[in-house]
Amino acid sequence: MFADWPILSLTIWLPIIGGALVLASGDKSANATRWTALIISVLTFIASLPLYSSFDPATADMQFVERAPWITLFNIEYYLGIDGISMPLIILTTFITVFVIIAAWEVIQYKPASYLAAFLIMEGVMVGVFASLDAMLFYVFWEAMLIPMFLIIGVWGGPNRVYATIKFFLYTFFGSVFMLVALIYMYFQSGSFDILMFHNLKLGLSEQILIFIAFLLAFAVKVPMWPVHTWLPDAHVEAPTGGSVILAAIMLKIGGYGFLRFSLPISPDASHQLDWLIISLSLIAVVYIGFVALVQQDMKKLIAYSSIAHMGFVTLGFFIVFTITANPNAETGAMLGVQGGMVQMVSHGFISAALFLCVGVLYDRVHSREISAYGGVVNTMPIFGGFMVFFAMANAGLPGTSGFVGEFMVILASFRADFWYAFLAATTLIIGAAYTLWMVKRVVFGEVANDNVAALQDISSRELLILGSLALAVLMLGLWPGPLVEVMDASIANLLKHIAVSKL
Amino acid sequence: MQFEMPSLIPVLPELFLLTMTCVILVVDLFLKEEQRVISYGLVQISLLLSVCIVYLTSGAEAEVIFYGSVIRDPMGDVLKVAIYLISAGAFLYSKDYLLDRNLFKGEFYVLGLFAVLGMTVMVSANSFLTVYLGLELLALSLYALVAFDRDSKAGSEAAMKYFVLGALASGMLLYGISMIYGATGSIEFPQVAKAVAETGMDNMVLVFGLVFVVIGLAFKFGAVPLHMWVPDVYHGAPTAVTLFIGSTPKIAAFALAMRLLVDGLEPLHADWQGMLVILAVLSMALGNVIAIAQTNIKRMLAYSTISHVGFILLGILAGTSKGYTAAMFYSIVYAIMALGGFGIVLLLSRRGFEAENLDDYKGLHDRSPWFAAMMLLLMFSMAGVPPTVGFFAKMFVLEAVVSIDMTWLALVGVFFSIIGVYYYLRIVKLMYFDKPTDDTPLTAGLDTRIALSVNGLMMLALGMFPAAILSICAAAVGSV
Repeated sequence: MFADWPILSLTIWLPIIGGALVLASGDKSANATRWTALIISVLTFIASLPLYSSFDPATADMQFVERAPWITLFNIEYYLGIDGISMPLIILTTFITVFVIIAAWEVIQYKPASYLAAFLIMEGVMVGVFASLDAMLFYVFWEAMLIPMFLIIGVWGGPNRVYATIKFFLYTFFGSVFMLVALIYMYFQSGSFDILMFHNLKLGLSEQILIFIAFLLAFAVKVPMWPVHTWLPDAHVEAPTGGSVILAAIMLKIGGYGFLRFSLPISPDASHQLDWLIISLSLIAVVYIGFVALVQQDMKKLIAYSSIAHMGFVTLGFFIVFTITANPNAETGAMLGVQGGMVQMVSHGFISAALFLCVGVLYDRVHSREISAYGGVVNTMPIFGGFMVFFAMANAGLPGTSGFVGEFMVILASFRADFWYAFLAATTLIIGAAYTLWMVKRVVFGEVANDNVAALQDISSRELLILGSLALAVLMLGLWPGPLVEVMDASIANLLKHIAVSKL
Repeated sequence: MQFEMPSLIPVLPELFLLTMTCVILVVDLFLKEEQRVISYGLVQISLLLSVCIVYLTSGAEAEVIFYGSVIRDPMGDVLKVAIYLISAGAFLYSKDYLLDRNLFKGEFYVLGLFAVLGMTVMVSANSFLTVYLGLELLALSLYALVAFDRDSKAGSEAAMKYFVLGALASGMLLYGISMIYGATGSIEFPQVAKAVAETGMDNMVLVFGLVFVVIGLAFKFGAVPLHMWVPDVYHGAPTAVTLFIGSTPKIAAFALAMRLLVDGLEPLHADWQGMLVILAVLSMALGNVIAIAQTNIKRMLAYSTISHVGFILLGILAGTSKGYTAAMFYSIVYAIMALGGFGIVLLLSRRGFEAENLDDYKGLHDRSPWFAAMMLLLMFSMAGVPPTVGFFAKMFVLEAVVSIDMTWLALVGVFFSIIGVYYYLRIVKLMYFDKPTDDTPLTAGLDTRIALSVNGLMMLALGMFPAAILSICAAAVGSV
């Protein structure tokens, strides 16, 4: 019944307009502002639910399509639509934003209206990124995302926030402008900015390689992949909790999504030619960044590096498909790789969000992110300790949690590609466990380390609600990933079929 | 010479403005100091009426009058309306500034209106002579305006520099025009174009003439390497004048380029394209890089202008009608952005305090969240970040250069725009992330506040609906 409704537009514009209202209402009555923001975010989440319930998983076609001319002279359209790849990410966005709003309830006392408005506007813009089927619309949303994030880190961030936020902005802007030129080039070739038209656009190999590199610059920075990841630890450390959550849970996914929506289908031959590059970068991220995470003193930095390592899995899963399909009898393997990458993205969205929120809980009480400032937290905060251990386990990929599903699928798929890929990828099970559990050991367990820890209060019902819901999501996805995998089945199969055909 | 009355209708806007300027000049003589606001009101009314007259007398067809000297076409109409409106905005922002500094004189407005008149004459020129007349009327008024604060040393110095260099550039332009006249035997653009197409490109005198014309043009645009005057003039002039120089003359410069290069010398496109490529690349590079080193916002915006000029040139050099549309869109949008940017500078300044240093913007978000947000929109728009209109302006010119197989030029453009983002972000950083050092509340009249808000929000509104202006530009250029 919802198929004809403009649900995507609603999900995009409700939070943006709501955010503008929240911004306009100002800080005079902070509580009313908070409730307004919460209601808007919950409404947006509810508005996005029909995207799942009325989604037809049997087809790979775009659904909930909305199409209207925007700038006719350049054939730019307001063209929205989703398939099985973008839909889960949209729901993830609307889901996580609700918790970001709740998490800011008492913590943000400085200009709360602007803070909440920034997140609401960002929510709409991020949904727009996932829902755009017009390349220029996509690009507008993609870049528009930077402005609220720039302000969030810069205004509400830590001591070194200005450095971090300018680095974040310039890095991402640098990556994306080259994508812009690639998009314009393809517009000139095809006469339209329709992404689906780009998919079927015939391109020579050298063109494809240049386009692939332009996309790679944009998406690799966003994911981020080694060696262009250095903005992420800075941004995460300095960002307020909500900013870190959105960065890790959703913005990084936009890079992964870009590979699936642009790089692979538009330049399949270049992707095939250069898959070794992405695979090596991904494996470096998994192994090397894992070790880097091990030595971090700062909890947020540790989780940031762990995010880079986990995103390495995503890109690995996406780009091993060419090696797999080259091997005999391995049709399902390629599917498994991409699905694994997708599941990993959604799962990492929950887990990293939860971990950053956990660090936020501690930071609000002690005002330190240093691991050494804690110890024996479980003695004073037993409930919180339980959640933290649970999410850490999920981060380490414990079976039964969502973290396991994605990693396992990708490792399984990489076995079909090459034993050594699988071997290196699987080291994460050890390294990941090492850095996460060691952190947990130092922070949560042991004797009460100091007076600060001794004075800790356990989590409030508000924090319990946030962490509990996320824990539920992690558990559900871990025990029963079926519904998630089903909705993307047809779209991924279609994508693999598409990239198996050379454009040359 | 005998005029038939109907033939004056196409130049009615200019005639009206000229009459009004003279009327204001005389009326102002009889006004007491405290009645000066009457001349201000007359200025605004005449500008708005000029817009109406352009609208009422416009036609879909180009009309050539005065024996081939003047043309009235849709492109000219659109540019004129933009010039009138943006100039009106500039006068509105300047009012409080001038009042504060005892510069609220009728002469300011008379000179300003003459400059506007000069621009519109350039816009409707159909021969080299008319272009030159308009250009000089504009330039002479601007020289005087720059030195308007006669007690300011910096202002006099800037005016002197502007005058000497400007005279040199005008000389170059005239020299080039004379060569072209020698080669083609005409000064009317259509005849010149026809003659050039017939005699071919290998006429040395013609190409030399073109070089000199392009030099004159580059000076008026402020394109590197003829940009030296821009930072000094922007810096030295009273901010109200900088605002005026920084906004509408860019539209006039675009018109100048369209008339000289496209109407007159289109057959030499291959020749001037190469020259404009060099000017554009150098402007984008030097403008963006040097802007980073500035600590004075007027100088910073001056270098930013230089880089924007590079982008406008990209659209013109493409030589396609979409390219001209893109360049026209860019120059109008840029004029609106510059208007807003300097408008904020004027808003912050007060008697004895010019708000010229970047540090003066510290903590603006705490002092006035609304105007900080407007400045934020303007800065992001100048930087070319969506969803502001500045992005679309850049996007359209990039599309134009990609469409003529100069993708490398687009890459150069985006590369320098990344560098450019840094100094715009720095303003945002100062406004939002730093604590204010100065807590004086902002005082501005309601008119300024409303105009600035409209100006800032336009960045967003036009960014969401760029087609509103773009389609007008496309229709105007398409009919050339």
